Amino acid sequence: MASGSEPILEVRDLVKHFPLTQGIVFKKQIGAIKAVDGVSFELSKGETLGIVGESGCGKSTLAKVLMALERPTSGSVTVSGRDITRARGGELKRMRRNIQMVMQDPYTSLNPRMTVGDIIGEPYEIHTEAAPKGDRRKKVQELLEVVGLNPDHINRYPHQFSGGQRQRIGIARGLALQPEIIVCDEPVSALDVSIQAQVINLLDRLQKEFNLAYIFIAHDLSVVRHISDRVAVMYLGKFVELGRDTEIYDRPAHPYTQALLSAVPVPNPEGREQRERIILQGDPPSPANPPSGCRFRTRCWKAQEICAEEEPLLQIRTGVGHESACHFAETHDVVHAG
Amino acid sequence: MKSTSTGVLPAEGGLGDHPLLAVEDLHVEFRTRAGVVRAVNGVTYSVGPGETLAVLGESGSGKSVTAQAIMGILDMPPAVIPKGEIRFRGTDLLKLSEEARTQVRGQRIAMIFQDALSALNPVFTVGWQISEMFRVHRGMSKGEAMKKAVELMDRVRIPAAKQRVHDYPHQFSGGMRQRIMIAMSIALDPEVLIADEPTTALDVTVQAQIMELLAELQRESQMGLILITHDLGVVADVADKIAVMYAGRIVEHAPVHDIYRRPAHPYTKGLLESIPRVDLKGQDLYAISGLPPNLLELPTGCSFHPRCPYRQDNCVTDVPPLHTISGTRGSACHYWREVVDGERQ
Repeated sequence: MASGSEPILEVRDLVKHFPLTQGIVFKKQIGAIKAVDGVSFELSKGETLGIVGESGCGKSTLAKVLMALERPTSGSVTVSGRDITRARGGELKRMRRNIQMVMQDPYTSLNPRMTVGDIIGEPYEIHTEAAPKGDRRKKVQELLEVVGLNPDHINRYPHQFSGGQRQRIGIARGLALQPEIIVCDEPVSALDVSIQAQVINLLDRLQKEFNLAYIFIAHDLSVVRHISDRVAVMYLGKFVELGRDTEIYDRPAHPYTQALLSAVPVPNPEGREQRERIILQGDPPSPANPPSGCRFRTRCWKAQEICAEEEPLLQIRTGVGHESACHFAETHDVVHAG
Repeated sequence: MKSTSTGVLPAEGGLGDHPLLAVEDLHVEFRTRAGVVRAVNGVTYSVGPGETLAVLGESGSGKSVTAQAIMGILDMPPAVIPKGEIRFRGTDLLKLSEEARTQVRGQRIAMIFQDALSALNPVFTVGWQISEMFRVHRGMSKGEAMKKAVELMDRVRIPAAKQRVHDYPHQFSGGMRQRIMIAMSIALDPEVLIADEPTTALDVTVQAQIMELLAELQRESQMGLILITHDLGVVADVADKIAVMYAGRIVEHAPVHDIYRRPAHPYTKGLLESIPRVDLKGQDLYAISGLPPNLLELPTGCSFHPRCPYRQDNCVTDVPPLHTISGTRGSACHYWREVVDGERQ
């Protein structure tokens, strides 16, 4: 997979705050949910960036801002050299052709009253220039074939398909406009274990075939490792660590990444009594009122005074080959330790 | 066995020759307008004191329906139990009167549900809901029961239990809600605890907390734990033995180490091989082909045969019995020897 080539997606200091208001007649803002709070990264053609983090850390908001479904509070999202957050009207519409999405829940993200042909062909209704009217049916059938469904099922309704097949329909819809970037928000978490592998293999194959770039958001760390070239770990609206998959999984430097990796149950009972486990106390703090300095310090066993005063930046630190946001970053292989 | 309902409660104290809880050849079907859905087709498993049995299976495999049958919380009709026994300390629960079952349910066999938010009542405080166990089953006064609720919330490590006992479910995070569910389930010191996907809705770091809490409670009280899950990782972490379910049957059962080392059923083997592995990155994952079966029209013979790489002609016609591999292992596959030896045909 080609990384290192010119980025097709560039995100700079992206911030998305949702205002918290009080009062019914006279609304006044009393605070903000800091869902995404300063995220920067790049994505190259054909590359997969995995984003992991717990629920509420802002990964889905990030996906929505990337798709221009939400306007960011500040920062920029540059797709092929143009800022999608400032685009309006026709320009925004054209840019959206290039970045598409696969949703988490294949049971609610497909309209039950539309046939599969209408669902997959809908992008052509909006972007009429993408396919002339006469070709659409044929194009939809080609897409069905690409995702491994029977092209003759074009007139069926979503309820006639299983969860895995529905997710394939969602993927076909994402591919319809031949985008370069696909944002996958938990694409396999609603599926049965035996079906997950089928969908992951499909995403892998499509990436090679069409040279797609993926933003792959998931909470299943082993799936993310399998599919990603680079992985970002997110906590309370910020990336705390970003690096190649091997760097994040074998040499994690941020305490949160280490805790997260050690908490994942290993599907092998051998040596389970000796395995190192870092059990974090409590729940993540509220994104409306994040701790000062380092946001992880309230649950961190390494926290010292400096952590409350100074916010650690995401940067390459001594002794660590990739970017991490911890004053005391130190690589430690939690998975193979013990 | 007598076939009439009795009011005799299961014995207490020593177990004698009986296992703590044993399900034997249980069948459950749902008679719906579309036809008969055969959700459970002859399930047999048992759990002893202090033991953890993991029931592994995908959605629709019948793992939750079996648990609901044990608890006696199936909606009947449409559910019917045409055959089978659920023996708790030697007494068949299915033959007990409804009154006697109520004595068992919640007090001696308790259950934790997957989605704590919808399992808790949003209009009562959590303290009220936990203390209800003591008011209803133990006849305590409101004040006494509330004190007990605080104790329990401490025991499941909810910080500031004394203040939080007056909060409502929506004021708690997902992990804390699941702790409240656990508090309710262990309130009356049950001998068997059934946990139906207790951590599926939770984040991994919170999942680790909850699984550790369950393990500790189990060590303290020597409960038998039936853990229902589809997560092969959680199973490997905590289980003593495993029962793998597919289309309403146990297709393989074994001690935990055996099953991960050498699975004896093609379905188990497929599940284990489809886990992403570090050394196989960049290659295709092994995927079990096809789809889970439709319970309205189960395939003939072995239910797994349409998806099975080991399939032979007789798999289509003959239902494989649960072959005994060793004293503690069984596999419902005609060709378990080939599966264990790892030769795919």
